[in-house]
Order: sequence, then structure tokens, then C-alpha cells
Amino acid sequence: MMQKKINTKKKVVAVTIDGRQINVDEGTTILEAAQSAGVVIPTLCHHPDLKPRATCRLCLVEVKGQRRFQTACNTPVGEGNEIFTNTQAVREARKTILELILADHPEDCLKCTRNQNCELQSLADEYQIREIPFVRTVKSLPLEDSNPAIVRDMNKCIKCGRCVEVCQEVQQVAAINTAHRSLDYSISTAFEESLADSPCVYCGQCVAVCPVGALSEKNDTAKVWQALNDAELHVVVQTAPAVRVALGEEFGLAPGSITTGKMVSALKRLGFARVFDTNFTADLTIIEEGRELLQRLKEGSPLPLITSCSPGWINYIEKTYPELLPHLSTCKSPQQMFGALAKTYYVEKVGIPAEKIFVVSVMPCTAKKFECTRPEMRSSGYQDVDVVLTTRELAAMIKQAGLDFAALAEGEYDAPFGISSGAAVIFGTSGGVMEAALRTVYETVTGSTLEDIEFKMVRGLEGLKEASVDLGGKKVKIAVANGLGNAKNLLEKIKAGKCKYHFIEIMACPGGCIGGGGQPHGTTQALKEKRLEALYAIDKEAEVRKSHDNPGITELYEEYLKKVLNHQAHELLHTYYSDRK
Amino acid sequence: MSKIMPLISANFDKISPTSVKDYVNAGGYSGLRKALKMTAPEIIEEVKKAKLRGRGGAGYPVGSKWQHLLEIKNFPKYIVCNADEGEPGTFKDKLLLGKDPLRVIEGMTIAGYVFNARHGYIYIRGEYAALLKVFQAAVDNAVKAGYLGENILGSDFSYQIHVMTGAGAYVCGENSTLLNSLEGKAGRPRVKPPHLAEVGLFGQPTLVNNVESFANIPTIVQIGGEKFLSYGTAESGGTKLVCLSGNVANPGTYEVPFGLTLRDLIFDEELGGGPSGEKKLKFFHLGGQSGACGFLPQLDTTYCYQALREKGLSVGSGAIVVMDESVCLIDYLKIVMEFFIHESCGKCTPCREGTKQIYALLDKFSQGTATEDDVLMLQRLSNLTAKASFCGLGQAAATALSSSLQNMRSEFEAHLKGQCPAGVCFTKRESGEK
Amino acid sequence: MSGELKKEQILKIIQEKGQAPENLLAILLTIQEASGRNYINKDWAKIVALELELPLTKVYDILTFHAMFSIEPRGKYVLEICHSAPCRVSKSEQVVQMFTEELGIKMGETTKDNLFTLQYTSCVGACDLGPVVKIGEKVYGHLNRAKVAEIIKTYREGAPCLK
Repeated sequence: MMQKKINTKKKVVAVTIDGRQINVDEGTTILEAAQSAGVVIPTLCHHPDLKPRATCRLCLVEVKGQRRFQTACNTPVGEGNEIFTNTQAVREARKTILELILADHPEDCLKCTRNQNCELQSLADEYQIREIPFVRTVKSLPLEDSNPAIVRDMNKCIKCGRCVEVCQEVQQVAAINTAHRSLDYSISTAFEESLADSPCVYCGQCVAVCPVGALSEKNDTAKVWQALNDAELHVVVQTAPAVRVALGEEFGLAPGSITTGKMVSALKRLGFARVFDTNFTADLTIIEEGRELLQRLKEGSPLPLITSCSPGWINYIEKTYPELLPHLSTCKSPQQMFGALAKTYYVEKVGIPAEKIFVVSVMPCTAKKFECTRPEMRSSGYQDVDVVLTTRELAAMIKQAGLDFAALAEGEYDAPFGISSGAAVIFGTSGGVMEAALRTVYETVTGSTLEDIEFKMVRGLEGLKEASVDLGGKKVKIAVANGLGNAKNLLEKIKAGKCKYHFIEIMACPGGCIGGGGQPHGTTQALKEKRLEALYAIDKEAEVRKSHDNPGITELYEEYLKKVLNHQAHELLHTYYSDRK
Repeated sequence: MSKIMPLISANFDKISPTSVKDYVNAGGYSGLRKALKMTAPEIIEEVKKAKLRGRGGAGYPVGSKWQHLLEIKNFPKYIVCNADEGEPGTFKDKLLLGKDPLRVIEGMTIAGYVFNARHGYIYIRGEYAALLKVFQAAVDNAVKAGYLGENILGSDFSYQIHVMTGAGAYVCGENSTLLNSLEGKAGRPRVKPPHLAEVGLFGQPTLVNNVESFANIPTIVQIGGEKFLSYGTAESGGTKLVCLSGNVANPGTYEVPFGLTLRDLIFDEELGGGPSGEKKLKFFHLGGQSGACGFLPQLDTTYCYQALREKGLSVGSGAIVVMDESVCLIDYLKIVMEFFIHESCGKCTPCREGTKQIYALLDKFSQGTATEDDVLMLQRLSNLTAKASFCGLGQAAATALSSSLQNMRSEFEAHLKGQCPAGVCFTKRESGEK
Repeated sequence: MSGELKKEQILKIIQEKGQAPENLLAILLTIQEASGRNYINKDWAKIVALELELPLTKVYDILTFHAMFSIEPRGKYVLEICHSAPCRVSKSEQVVQMFTEELGIKMGETTKDNLFTLQYTSCVGACDLGPVVKIGEKVYGHLNRAKVAEIIKTYREGAPCLK
């Protein structure tokens, strides 16, 4: 019998679950205790990474001596509790709850974005719902899809509140909230404004936690199929680091499986003319940003320098803290640097005109769908990145093509954007950009080789990490924040003059890109741990582990960037920001 | 021998409500003076002996609540008075707030002293805006006269009362919801645990009691718990402000000792005076919309917490709404459901969806399209809302329905056959629903 | 009052009531009353949100949650007819009909001259006077056709001092 690990510092409590006795730490919820007894109590509004709201009332159990049902998700076990998870009364109550939810829910599973991957659908199946014995009360609210990133179908909302919890409490963006009461109770923006007019930054965390099809990303797969089908177009694709360690989950592979090779093969089989790696331009970002950091350190301001590769973060600072914009690195994100080069430098390499080059990027991110439409991202004279697909959308395309993902051979990225360092791949996790930058900046400043290149103190899912690094005698104070709530705290400290950081990495999503809004559904902190372990494993095995040692990057500078006029190179790789408060 | 016992309503229409001088002349603040010479455990002991039960609706023993809060060693503590009187059929806190506010203030002050609290808050429903001004004036006068503020009556006890407003939401009468609303948050109930005694207002241990509960405190301290208890029954001490309304001859608020019968309250000439019209009494609704309905065989039940509970009824807020034979029970239950649907905060499934579906089913009875299965489904939904809802509103929403199914099933069966004993359903209706 | 409020007026109300989230309801109710049209619009809500350092979504939640608020302009006088059980049992449905006939509008609507809005309310604690209508801070009970006509006439003439 599985027992929850007992923390000897806490008091131990003995309870019985369905007649079987177990011991758990004081404060353990009934849900957790049941899990350690091998019983999975069904939940809907509960999420392991969010505070329990206990509103769906699905996780009901009976506790001897209690008149009412108890919700397992938030009720701590009491000494001697006799808990029953599967009595007739419990099953009937849960079934009625599901029927009530379904009576208010559209019956178009077959046409839904979450068909076969929906928590409500799975529960309806588990409870063998065959009819809804209630009056149907589904509304017919208009779809909200006027922005490039997120689609809201509030007819499907089951009011679990997870999206509100993540937007208000975790991200602290507060673009959506509960509103009204009674039959009008709903989750919306203030005054029903569009997401574009709201504080929304398209981080997609709401999409990530939605159990049903109420929230989803804008589906751009049709655009990609169309481009691939167009004989006139030379369609290339770039892949973000965080995708390769999560894509496998969509095909039943274990979380944290490294699927780089299979992903490349799949993309080639889909028909992309070239399969490139965003990691290449991640290395490029390090060179440019490293130079920028050293310049700022020399001049003494504006400090701290803050990274700029997370578009959700960029949206946030533009909308909420525009007065701090001077702190941002002017570097574009690796995705956008890639797009700019693909329609300039690459044109010379492949001999195809820019207007015939179609750039697709596969990202763990929803905000990148917005980023590629930004008016500043047209350095090539065309939209530098044409379409952004999420990890989920790529998986859908692979499935549509009938490919047996797990059986695919290991493919190789194409030149000239296929080589990358270990420093680049760790961009996909919180602390990765910082570590990559330090590996390069250290050597640039000290002029000596960095032997111990692992900066472990910036790694991990912790929301705010701080450290002091010795760069050839100079103490550089760094901070790494992931999740916008943590970013906000940091920015308030900067505004109050309370901290003297030199360099800060900020990623909008909790944990970084591995936890992005476009990653496979069902992401939890536990899954993110597996994904980030995989990224560091790839780094460890990499031939080249520092961005400046990437021969492809050296070639790029020699062949192209140093040859064009300074301002032209600058325009391709750098950007500017606006006050959107 | 009068059945009315004016303990806490003694000053009504006899004093200028906001005048400290009038209040003191009528015996006011003698409770506080005495309390300031007692210890907290001594005062709580009197409250326990008095067997004062919460007068807002839940009927929780006030002494136990105070004892529990005293044992929590975390300061500051806050005192909150729940003046969100929203239970239909209830209009007694209104009278205390408007006609004898200083009594409520005195009770809150004694509580502040017991718990070493510096701040008390009273949350008055927004619809009582006029009363809020009266109460604030009473507070201001109490400050001027030295009964509130720094060093009250020369002691080292300092206490302020803040007068706060609601804005129209019955659910804010639920204590955890009230605290959320007080803090400027939306009026939805809190996840429990933690409970309010541990984590209440601004995260601190908090006492929440009803207006009438606080109004009884000065009397209890003044005359002692035992004497207070003796006015009522063995386990329900003191008096209750009972509100009669509906098809009754003398609607109004009456202060009666516990121990009368329901028949006394509804029929006695001094009290309800019996049904107002030609028709006979059919049923009554006790304690508010959240209480059970009572029927003729229960008329001789003693009006006190224990006896009513044994009959499946409750004191609740003290409301007694009287319905004669012109009222269709099904129609009435639809009105009850409408109320809960409208007042539901919306966040939990059983309440938000369940009340809606119960209404739809009851409507089938009014339309003559209901079946036996619908009776079963009504029971299933009543059971679910009672046992699975997030807070007291949902938990109580179907109590009237359950009690009706149990005690006047005949009404449901008649409607199954397309018959309405009150002659309301199945006739041409002039106006539409809702 | 045209239903327009200046920023300075809003800020003054916030200062008077106290610039803290606990005073949010009092602030919003006062703004609503000052508007002359018994409502609060997005612009004013934004000012309140900014001054109280609350997200606009939280203020919007409160505005749409509580029955006393409206985010759409209403009449100068909002006639709230009690729809709860004690008044219903005292034939409040007939009162509804009296008002809708007198004013020529349906429940939920506002008269063309923007003077009266008819809406339902839950119990206002005047059940012994039922059926009742609440207009601002005043509650009128024991309503019949004559009383209804008198109330409307008096308010139309702008002198609400009825008993």
C-alpha cells in the first residue's frame, strides 16, 4: 500500500479511507490522503498548482459523523476520520453535479477544440452519463476571437474559476474575473471589453488551466497547411527549445522525453522545405544581449538590464510599467531575430526572394502569436514571422498527417540555422537565459575560459531567484523571475529603489517557457520539473555549451552581420517598445 | 397576562434614538459600566448561562462562540455586527438600528471589551441607507459622551465603531461573505477552513454576531445570565423579536419570551390575530426563506430552539410568514426558489444550477405537466443542494421544499392530476412570470 | 442632472469616504447617487479602481454583483417593487400591474422622460406593510391603485415628501 512520505517534523494523523487505515501528515487534504491510499477522487475546479476554490463540488466524499458531504480538495483530514469516497450517495451526488453542469453546457464535443482531451468529457464518461434529466440552459454568447492569440467561447465555461485564479493571483494581470451572480454569473473582462483592450498579455496561462474548450489558442494550422500546399512558397519552420521536451506527451511518451530528432523528422514529413532551430537565434540573442549588458555596466545605466525574449512579459511591461521600458534589452526575441534573418541573410543563402519565404515557428507560447504581428517585426520589409503554432497545434498536424510519432527516425536540423549550443536550449526554462548570458559574458569580461559553466543557483521553478556573480572582480547582482506576479514584485522593488540588480531575466509563465500557454494540456509543476530536467540533460550532452562557441553564429557575423551597415544589422536584431498603458 | 415582553424593545418610540442622555435615563449603559468591572471569562460565563442563541438565523450558542474566540491568542481581534438583515419576512434589526441604536452599540462595546478589540464594524445593508445615518449619529453621540473612543468611562479600554454599508446582496448576510464585502471584495463566501474565529476580518480572529444578539448583551450583563434564561425556556433564554407578515391580521414585530406556541404567535389577538382574510390558515414559513414550512398539525409546537428543531422547524431570524388557503403551495415554493436563484452568488454548481432546475421542475407542477419522476428528482436536488452546496444559502435553499414534500405531499399529488387546491394554477393568468 | 460626473467630483467622493478598499461600496453608492441617473459608468469605475489600487475587473465584479448598482443609466427615480414571498403573498403582482399601467412601461424599463425606472427588488425589510415599493431611501406600503397614482404624481412634481 502506497503511503504518503511522512515528514517527521509534522504531526501524523491516522484516518481510514473506505475502510483502509493510513497515516498522513497533519494538514493533508482528503484528496491527497485518498491519493496516497490509491484512490483518485474526481475533481474539476481543483488544480494542483492553484489554491482550491472548492466550487464545482464534484470531489464530494462522506465523512462519518458529518451531516453534509465534504469537498476533498480543500478539507484537511482530522484524526480518526472515517472517509468514504465511493458510496451510493456519493456516486449519485457526483453524477447529479455532472448532469447539472452538462445541462448548461453545449453538446458539441465532436466539433470542440478539446474533443478527446477534455476533463468534463472524461468525467461524463467515467460516470456513464447517458442522458441529461434537466432543462437545457446553454447560452448563445458570441465567440471572442478578435485578437491573434486567444479565443474565448464562454458558452463552454463551466465556471471552475481556474483561469481567474491564475490571472488574478498567480499572474496578477487581473484581465479576467468573476462577474455578476445567479444565472448571469460568468467570467469576463471588465465591462466585457475585448482582451485586446484589457490588461491581458496573452500569456495563455488561462488556456493552460482551462479544463474544457472555453479557452483555447487561435488555431493557425489551416494557414500552415495552406502554405505547405502552395508550390510557390518556400516554407521554413523554427522550433523553440521548450517544445522538444513536451511534444512527446501529446503522443503518449513520458513527460520529459527528449524528442528533438523525431520532431525534426515529423516536420520534414509534413513538408517543410527546411527545419531550423530557434536555438540558433537564442545563441545570437546572447551575443547581442551580452554586448548590451557590458555596455550598460560600463555606462552605469540604465540598470538593471531586463531580458526581452518573453512576449507576454513585454506586453505586461508596456501595459503596466511603461516607465520602466528603458530597462528592457533592445534585443528581439530569438523567434523574431530568426524571422528577420530568414527573410534577409537566408535569402542570399538559398537564392529565393523574401516574398516567397514563409516562416512558421513552433512555440510553447500563445503570446508569440501576437508578437509576430507587431508592426515593429517587419525588419525584412515583410512580416518576419508569418505564423506561430503552439506545441499542441503541431501535435494536431502530425496526427492529421497520420505519422506514428514514436516510431519516427531521428532527424537533423538544416543549415544554416541548425547548429546551437547547450546554452541556447536552456532558454526554455526559467534561469536559462541568465545562465546562457553568464557563460558568455564571463568569458568576454575576464578573457579566460569558464570551467564550471553550470550556474545552478538560477535554475529551478522557484518564482524569484537572486544571486551575486563575480565577473572578473566585479560583483554583478542578478535576479530571475518567472510568473508575472513575481515579476510585478520585482518591478515594484526596482521602482522603490530597493534593489541594485544589474541584470534580470523575466519570463511571463510560471517556470518559464516549459510552462508556456501553448504547451500540452495538463501541465503541472511536477511535469515542468521533468521538462526542465530534460533541457539541462540536452545541455550537458551538447558538444558546444556556450553561445559564442557556436560556429554557425561566428559564420553569420563574418558573412553577413559585420558586412552590412551597423544600423541595418541593428534593425534586424533589435527592436523598440511603446507605452500601451 | 400580556404575551409581549419588552426587554430589548423597551425603548422603542419612548426615547430619541440617538440621544445618549435619553438612553442613559432609560437605564442604558449600566451593562457596560458593570462589564468594565468584570473579567472577560466572567462576562462570557453570564452569556453562557443566559443560553443566548444567535438571533440572525443560525441560532449558534453565543456563549460558545465567545468562549472559542477568547481562547485564540492572536491579536488584534475584531468585532463585527451583522446588520445585513435580508431574510424575507424579517424586519426587526431595522427597528433596533433605528429606534434604539445605542443598545446595539453598547452590546458591541461590551464585546469589544471582552476580546480586547479596538475596532468594531457594523455592516448595514445598503437598502437601510436612512438607518445608516441614524446609527452613525448615535455612534457620534456616544463618542462625544465618552462611551466610545479613547479611555471609555475612564477605563483603559478604547474602542471605535465603524459604520459600513452593503449594496444589495442577501448572501452578504452569510458571515464569511460579509467579511469579504467589508474588506471591499465581492460578496461571495469564503473557503472554510479556516474559520472566522481564526482567520476573519483582515485575516484576524473575528467575532460576528447579529444585531439582536448584540442588543441582548447589555441586559444579560445587567441582570445576569440566569435571570435572562428564566424569561425563556430551559434551553432558549430570553426573548425573541418575532416578525409576522403575510396573510395575517396584525403584521408587525413583537418581542415575546420563548415558550409560547406557534398557535399563540399566529392567532392570539395581541399578536398575529389569525389570518387576515376570509380564508383559513394553510401553512406558514418560519425563520425566513431558508427555513422549513410549517403546517397545521405543528401549530402547538413551543416556539423555542429545541422544540422547533425536533419538529423539523427553526426559529431562524424570527420571521413567521403566514399563508392562507388562497396561496398555492407550489406557487409559493416557486417564489422561494426565485429568491434563492436571484440571490445565489453563482459560484458553486449545486446552488447556481440546482435552484434553477428545481424551479423548472416546480413550474411543471404549475403547468400540469409534472410526473412522479419529477417528485423524485425534486427530492434528489433538494438533497444535493442541502448536502453539497458551498455555503449556507445553497444548503438552505431547498429546506422549504423538503419540508413541504414531507408534510403536504397532497398538494404535489393534486397538481400531478392537474388540480390546484388554492385555485391559482391551471386558470388563465394575466401577467407573465418574473 | 444629466448623468455626467467630472473626475474632480469622483476624487472628492473618494476622499470623503476614505481612500481604502473597505470603503468601496460606500464610494460607489455615493457616485451612483451623484450621477443623477442612478448608475456608474466605466470611466468613473476606472477612476475608483486607480485611486483604490484595485484591478478594474474587481470593481466590475462588485458593480455587477450587488443589486443596488447599475452600469446603465436609469431614471431619476428607481421604483423598486418588492418581489419576495411576504409581499407576493400580499398580492404584489397586482401592484406591479398598477405601476406598469400607470407608467406605460414594462418591468425593467425606464420612462421616455428618464424620470422613472421600474424594477424588482428582493425583500427590503418592510414586510408588515406589504406590498411595498422602495424609491431611494423611502419605502411605501399598503399600496393600492390610488396610492400608486399619488406616488407617481408626487414624484413627477418633484416633491417626494409622502408618508
